[in-house]
Parts: sequence; structure tokens; C-alpha cells
Amino acid sequence: MILSPITRERIFGLSLLIPCFLFITVFAFYPIAYSFFLSLHRIVIGLPGLGEPFIGLENYRSLIHDRIAIRAFLNTLVFVLVSTMLEIGIGLVIALIINRNFRGRGMVRAAILIPWAIPTVVASQMWRFIFNDKYGLINFLFFGSDTGSYHAWLADPTAAFVAIIVADVWKTSSFAALLILAGLQIIPDELHEAAKIDGASAWQRFWRITFPLLRPAILVALLFRTMDAFRVFDLVYVMTQGGPADSTNVLQFYGYKKIFAEGLMGYGSTISVLVFCISLVISIIYIRIIGTRLFRQT
Amino acid sequence: MKIIDVKDRLILILLVSTIIGFSLLPFIWFVNTSLKTPLEITSVPPVLIPSFSLDAYVSAIKQYNLLHYVRNSVIVAGATTIITITISIFAGYSIARLRLRFKSLILGGILMVSMFPQISIAGPVWRILYNIGWLNTYQGLIIPYVTLTLPLGIWIIASFFKELPEEIEDAAKVDGCNHIQCLFKIMIPLAAPGIFTAAILVFIYAWNEFFFALLIMTRQKYQTLPVGIALFQGQYTLPWGEIAAASTVATIPLVILVFLFQKRIVSGLSAGALK
Repeated sequence: MILSPITRERIFGLSLLIPCFLFITVFAFYPIAYSFFLSLHRIVIGLPGLGEPFIGLENYRSLIHDRIAIRAFLNTLVFVLVSTMLEIGIGLVIALIINRNFRGRGMVRAAILIPWAIPTVVASQMWRFIFNDKYGLINFLFFGSDTGSYHAWLADPTAAFVAIIVADVWKTSSFAALLILAGLQIIPDELHEAAKIDGASAWQRFWRITFPLLRPAILVALLFRTMDAFRVFDLVYVMTQGGPADSTNVLQFYGYKKIFAEGLMGYGSTISVLVFCISLVISIIYIRIIGTRLFRQT
Repeated sequence: MKIIDVKDRLILILLVSTIIGFSLLPFIWFVNTSLKTPLEITSVPPVLIPSFSLDAYVSAIKQYNLLHYVRNSVIVAGATTIITITISIFAGYSIARLRLRFKSLILGGILMVSMFPQISIAGPVWRILYNIGWLNTYQGLIIPYVTLTLPLGIWIIASFFKELPEEIEDAAKVDGCNHIQCLFKIMIPLAAPGIFTAAILVFIYAWNEFFFALLIMTRQKYQTLPVGIALFQGQYTLPWGEIAAASTVATIPLVILVFLFQKRIVSGLSAGALK
């Protein structure tokens, strides 16, 4: 049998994709479906004697009435909103400054990449040390050597939540800055020159030229940051373990605790499914917005 | 005019220094801590200039098996990088240069994986690995890492392949090269910078990953650096010197990568975002 060149190319192309398909279907798509399957059963790791009975939507019914789950959901929401907004804001400011021409720009860019490159666990331990109740830097900055008034920040519900946001903003604002910077660099200088000649102020030039042209880059940075903030885990695990009193408990941490600390594989899987659905919705919304914007531009 | 220029420059220098300080000072403080004696670490007011004692490093190595964690991290991150990049080269070439059906569907499916929150696949991945007895093995951790880094690797490598002019490949075909020869003799050498960029980013991901490492490596013998650093425990208090020392050791390779290859890293990150 003789195959036409284009058929041969297609077969060759697909065969090159086989290893990738194997990994992605077995260890990403199948687990998603499997999570859903598990969430319809009562499964307790370490108690195989109970069997794994099918219980329909009962796990989901318990989830709705689970106060800690609702708390974790709200915490995640607040964390995502506050941290991404701060990160995009700070990222925008950093990008606007670095976009200026000056010597040593490369070194500055490398410097702001450091927080992004540091392992999150390391950043978490670092901030946990800085917020330490007895000899942390934050206490010293606020109260000097007066150790009597030192505060146990991470044991205070609100302060602990703020601490986690501070750590996340420090770690990832630079990533947002780099994405926005890449967007800034494709804006042609001529536009600014022309506006300057027409007598536009720096403020007007920012809102009328830079910002509109920067919107796609900001949206992309928003998408990446939202998705990433949504799966926050390392910071919570290291800095607070979800405490005090679940004030920093977030969905990914709660799911981890249910499945792997308490062994509730079935119930914990409802959280897996919930988290997956939420992130799917977020990404569809963003892709719609970004997609239509790109479409309009071309 | 001149005076305004000088003022402008001063403001710029001030702003840039603030950015650098914001980015670097917290971590420099931690490195500083790793060079202190236990007494200096707990002193109030804090000691600014450490005695440059290496005790924390010695103790991290001797009492906390630091080198063991380093070895595991090198094995896992190294193997992940090699496997992911190999698979990504084939897949990236296929997507960027060959005529395929449902190409955007295939690419969309691959990219979707990078959106999955880890918890949404954690239970099943753990179960699969448990059933085949691969918990606490290197391959048990490398496989999920390869899966999760493939979208990144494929995206960057495909976008670099796409930028190479068609004519080069056409000329090679006229000279009698088939697709495989084209890929190995022409495309891979030409896209080497892109492949290298993807390798750096995949390595950093695997080196830093914590969630799956925590689930899969429950025995100390196989744990990677992030898990070790998160779980360091002293008898009564946290061993801050040792934690800071291990953190410094875990971060130094990344700092070197960043300063050597910042241009590539930035181009890789924005390729993932802007194309």
C-alpha cells in the first residue's frame, strides 16, 4: 500500500505526539475523571474493611454544610482577589520604572527575578522567620527592643492572613512585572513622541496610550496570577497550617488535609472536583476576554 | 534643563533601588541568618553583621542530612528536565511544523493541563502510584512532574520552532532529508536556544515543587529539598539557622541560573504569555 505524502506526514506527526498523550491522559485527564468517580464513594484510606460503597451525591451534600469548607472557600476568594490586585498593581509600577532606559537594566531585571525563582517553601520559611513572635524583624521594626509588646503575628487570625498575602505579593509581583514589561516593550516610541508634540501630559499619555495598549498583557498577567493564587498551598502549609482557627485555611490545603491527613479520599475528592470546576470557569472567562481582544486587534 | 535632568536621574535611582531592595533584602536577611550563631539569631535587637559561622551549615549536613535532600532534588529535577524536554521536542516539532488534523484542539488540550490545580488530580495520582507500588520512588515523583511541565516545555519549544523560516526545511527536503533527519540535523540545532530556555524553566519548576513531593515522598530517604526544608524540626524550638542554611543551599543554584540566563528566562516566560 502506498500512502500519499500528506497522510504519511500526519501519521508521523501523530506518532511524535504519542509520548506526550500518554503522560497527559494517564496522569492528568484520567485523574480528573477519577476524582469525580471517587467523590461519589465513601472511601477511607487505611480502613479497607469498610469497602468503598457508592453513595451518590452524599459527599456533596455534606460539603455544602461543611462550615470549614465554606470558610476555606471564602478565604481562597479573598486571598485571590487581594493578592492578584496588589501583584498586578505593584507589577505595573515596577514595569513602568524598569522600562526607562538606564545602565544596568539587565542586572535589575535579574534582581527582580530572584523572588520568582526562590522555591515557595524557602520564601515561606523566610517570611515565617521575619514574622517570628520573639525575634522577628517585623516585631523589631514596629516595637524596637521592647520585647514585652512583641506580637505573635502568625497566631492572630487577621495578621496571619495578611502575612500570607505579604509573602505571596513579595514572591510573585516581579513575575507580573516581567509579563507587563514585555507588553510595554512592544509599544512603539513614536506614539509617545507624537503625543508629546501634541502637548499631552505624562498622565494623559499613560491613560490614553500606554494603558489601552497594555491591556492584553495585563489580562494575561491577571490570568496567570489568578490561577496560581487559586492553588496557594506551600505558603499556608509552612507558615500557618491553615490556622489559627482556620483563618488561613484555603481550598487546596483543606482538600489536602481531608484526603491525606484524615484519609477521607471520597469526601476530599469533592473538594478536588469543586476546585477543578472553579478553575475551569475562571480560565474560560479569561480566554474569552483575551481571545476576543486579540481577535479585534488583528 | 540640566537641573531637571539631574533631579530625574536621582528619582529614577531612588525608585530602582527601592525595587531592588524590595526584591532582595528579605532573602539577604535569611542568608545572613544562616551565617549566625544560635545566640545571634535570637538576639534582640537583631545582629546586623553575622560572625560568618558555618555551624548552621555543618549541623544541617550532619544532623539533618542536607546533602541527602540535595541529591534527591538533583536526581528528580534533572530527570524531569531531560524527559520533559525530549518529549517536548518531538511534540513541539509536530505541532509547529507538520500538517496535522485538529491541531488547535491538541494544543488546547495540552495547555489545559497547566491550568489544573494540583489538588484536582492529587488523590487519583496518589492512588495510581500506590497501586503500582511507586510511592517513595524517584519515578513516582518524576512522572507527575513530567506531566505537569509538558505544557510549558511544548509551548516554548513549539514557538521557537515556529519562528524558524520554512525555506531552511524546504531546502533540506530538496536535498533528500526526511522529517526525522530534518528535525535532528537542522531544526534542533537551530532551536537550541529555545530548547535551553525551556530546560531552565522546567528545571526550576521541578526543583521548587512541593505539593506532590510532600504526598509522594513520605519517607525521608527520598524527600527533596523543599520537603526537607518545610519539615525541619528541632527538639524544642525551630532550628532557624539550619533552615536558613538549607534554604540558601536550595536557592543558590537558582540565583546562578537567573543571573546567567535572565534574558532567556524572561523571553521564555513572556513566550508563554504573549504569543
